[in-house]
Amino acid sequence: MDLILEGIKKAFWLLFSFDPEVLGITFLSIKVSGSATLISLIIGISVGASVALTRFPGRRIVVSLINTGMALPPVVVGLFVTISLWRNGPLGFLGILYTPLAMIIAQAVIATPIVTGITLAAVQQLPTKLRLQILALGATRFQMLWILIKEAKLSLLAAVMAGFGGVISEVGASIMVGGNIKGYSRVLTTATVMETGRGNFDVAIALSIILLLLAYLINLLLTQIQQRERRR
Amino acid sequence: MNVMLPVFDVRNLLVSRGGSLILNVPSLTVSEGEIFVLIGPNGAGKSTLLQTLSALVKPSRGEVLFRGQRIGDEIPLLQYRRRLAMVLQEPLLFDTTVYNNVASGLKIRGLKRDGIEPIVTKALERFGIAHLRDRSARTLSGGEARRASIARALATNPEVLLLDEPFSALDPIMRETLLEDLEKVLRETRITTIFVTHDRMEAIRLATRLGVMNAGEILQTGSPDEVMNHPVNEFVASLVGVENLLQGRVAKKMDGSFIASVAGQDIEAMGPMETGDLVILCIRPENVTLSDIASGNTAGIRNTFPATVVRITPMGPYQKVQLNCGFPLVAYASNPSFSELSLKKGSEVLASFKAKRVHAIVGASRSVLTGAKSGGSSQQDTVG
Repeated sequence: MDLILEGIKKAFWLLFSFDPEVLGITFLSIKVSGSATLISLIIGISVGASVALTRFPGRRIVVSLINTGMALPPVVVGLFVTISLWRNGPLGFLGILYTPLAMIIAQAVIATPIVTGITLAAVQQLPTKLRLQILALGATRFQMLWILIKEAKLSLLAAVMAGFGGVISEVGASIMVGGNIKGYSRVLTTATVMETGRGNFDVAIALSIILLLLAYLINLLLTQIQQRERRR
Repeated sequence: MNVMLPVFDVRNLLVSRGGSLILNVPSLTVSEGEIFVLIGPNGAGKSTLLQTLSALVKPSRGEVLFRGQRIGDEIPLLQYRRRLAMVLQEPLLFDTTVYNNVASGLKIRGLKRDGIEPIVTKALERFGIAHLRDRSARTLSGGEARRASIARALATNPEVLLLDEPFSALDPIMRETLLEDLEKVLRETRITTIFVTHDRMEAIRLATRLGVMNAGEILQTGSPDEVMNHPVNEFVASLVGVENLLQGRVAKKMDGSFIASVAGQDIEAMGPMETGDLVILCIRPENVTLSDIASGNTAGIRNTFPATVVRITPMGPYQKVQLNCGFPLVAYASNPSFSELSLKKGSEVLASFKAKRVHAIVGASRSVLTGAKSGGSSQQDTVG
């Protein structure tokens, strides 16, 4: 019990003393997961909306693959991204393994199917005739897509939350492709794993609290936007 | 010579879905300024025709010319669509304010904000929804949403307005006020309109020309009076409210008229029939007059038959009286005359109707009434 209490005390001290190392880790987490979420939104919304709006042979298989992708184990992603970026791997020439960029790529691979799947479901749920109405208003196909995405914005905010939540909390892929290098590729989750392994529970608890707070604050912000939209 | 081209010229139009034919229109023209109303039962192909005309459904065969130009060929698809406006059955408003909804067609066309404002304001005022401009479309009532939807369509100042049952699922009061406003706008703007409905009262009220559809085909087009009083077949007759369809045979040909024998009774009707022709006599129930059997006062109308009241159905402003004259006959009696005659089941009355109010269809068959093929409007191939 003392261990936990001590840990919490230390955690608050680290938090409110603005410890430079903890701040650095926190900012890197936001940067990596934020960038990965952004990439996943660009790819996921485009692909999800396109699959929702088109009919082609094998569409069901594609939808099943997207849905399966929503539950991609981070370690599996980490493994394949590592192999790809390995010196002799297909993308080895980029020389980005064990860098924050590699972590962004891995996290984007994890988040993209989540955003794609939610977008797909959201756009599919819109009334079929809405598309006809938009086209009848004289829209180009691109304008139609944009209007449909705006119509599905509440669900898309859920996609942002799910995508960001999925990557900010994952550890497997980040540790595998980032290497948890101090001051360079160490993020909240990888640091928590390391500190726990070392028995530095106070630091681990502090990092966990920051992680939870971060996830909470970002979801709070998005939820506020979502609920305000809903009330309008 | 200045020849006015029709707004729409439909030629040999076929639309299929899943191997079955859902629309077959060999020819149809819609002229400038017309309010062409299409009526027909659900699944008749009305909506499919509207969507094909707006190039949202790709025809399997045939073509639609817009002011003499082939759509998608001589006139680019997008440019064509931007000259029309369509209102679908559901309001399908966007999740934003009423103002932004009404402005959406103009924004799509790339108009500047200050150019949009006066147009939208006018459209909102025209449909009595100016006070709702900043309200979210989600909070609108059914009637308000329809108004916003029609205002959105008209804000783009289209050359043609296509309306697909825009008043369905509205309560009668709301429907009436909206119909009044739409009627006013259509008469004022003289915009070419195609209006799809299954409500014949709406159709008669708005139409300058009426079309009747069933099973993907247009069975008849003509002025409302022509279609209502001179239906080409039994299906059209029953759809436009001709409740009396009596099968008979021409017993005697006269000068411009004939006597048909119906269940052993002689009925005089107008028309160039030949003796021996099989005919269906169409008599609108509002053209049947009921009078007291004791008075015998039928103003010398030849088609006068003693009848027994079989059933009375109150219809609000009038009573529907089903009679047995040796053949079944339905009459509408106004409430005052109904009270005056003290009608009740089993009452004896005189039923009369003028020969010129009897429309005869030659050689028609009752099978027409049940000849509706299946067809839907919600599952067509759409094109972007």
